[in-house]
Amino acid sequence: MFLGIVKGEIVSTINHPFYDGRRMLVCDRIDEHGKPSGGYIIAVAAVDAGVGQRVLILDEGNGARQVLANSSGPVRSVVVGIVDAVEVET
Amino acid sequence: MLLGRVTGTVTPCVVYEGLTGVPMLLVQPLSTAREPVGSCIVCCDSTRMAGPGELVYYEGGREAAMALDETFVPVDHTIIGIVDDVHVE
Repeated sequence: MFLGIVKGEIVSTINHPFYDGRRMLVCDRIDEHGKPSGGYIIAVAAVDAGVGQRVLILDEGNGARQVLANSSGPVRSVVVGIVDAVEVET
Repeated sequence: MLLGRVTGTVTPCVVYEGLTGVPMLLVQPLSTAREPVGSCIVCCDSTRMAGPGELVYYEGGREAAMALDETFVPVDHTIIGIVDDVHVE
């Protein structure tokens, strides 16, 4: 899993049936200090995260299918949590 | 998944069984600011409706093959959907 910040959302009517009715969030990858660490990902929202929130993103197919309870879904990235605080020992 | 722009089509004359009839498109990966990132890739199209110029999002790895009708095929990028609108701050 890695940390991200929700930057936006994808609106799409023509897509794979698995994604019908699912929210797709555009998330920038951030490091533990909240700074962008390069790259982004479009992840399915398993929790109700909004734009600007720091989130926890699972980026592995098997786990993603288990979270979304669909053993054949073409999904790899899922927003599985909303982060309240990150404490780092320096 | 990542954003991409369809830039062309690929028409194979001989293809691995299981991929016959699967549309293949040339896609330029994009950043969230819609700038090209890296080089073009060839994606299969699970929607069968994407055309040149359209903004799409695609999946990589094993999930790319799982998005097609025939799931046990040698595919590493597949278009999952066509973007109607994307709000990015």
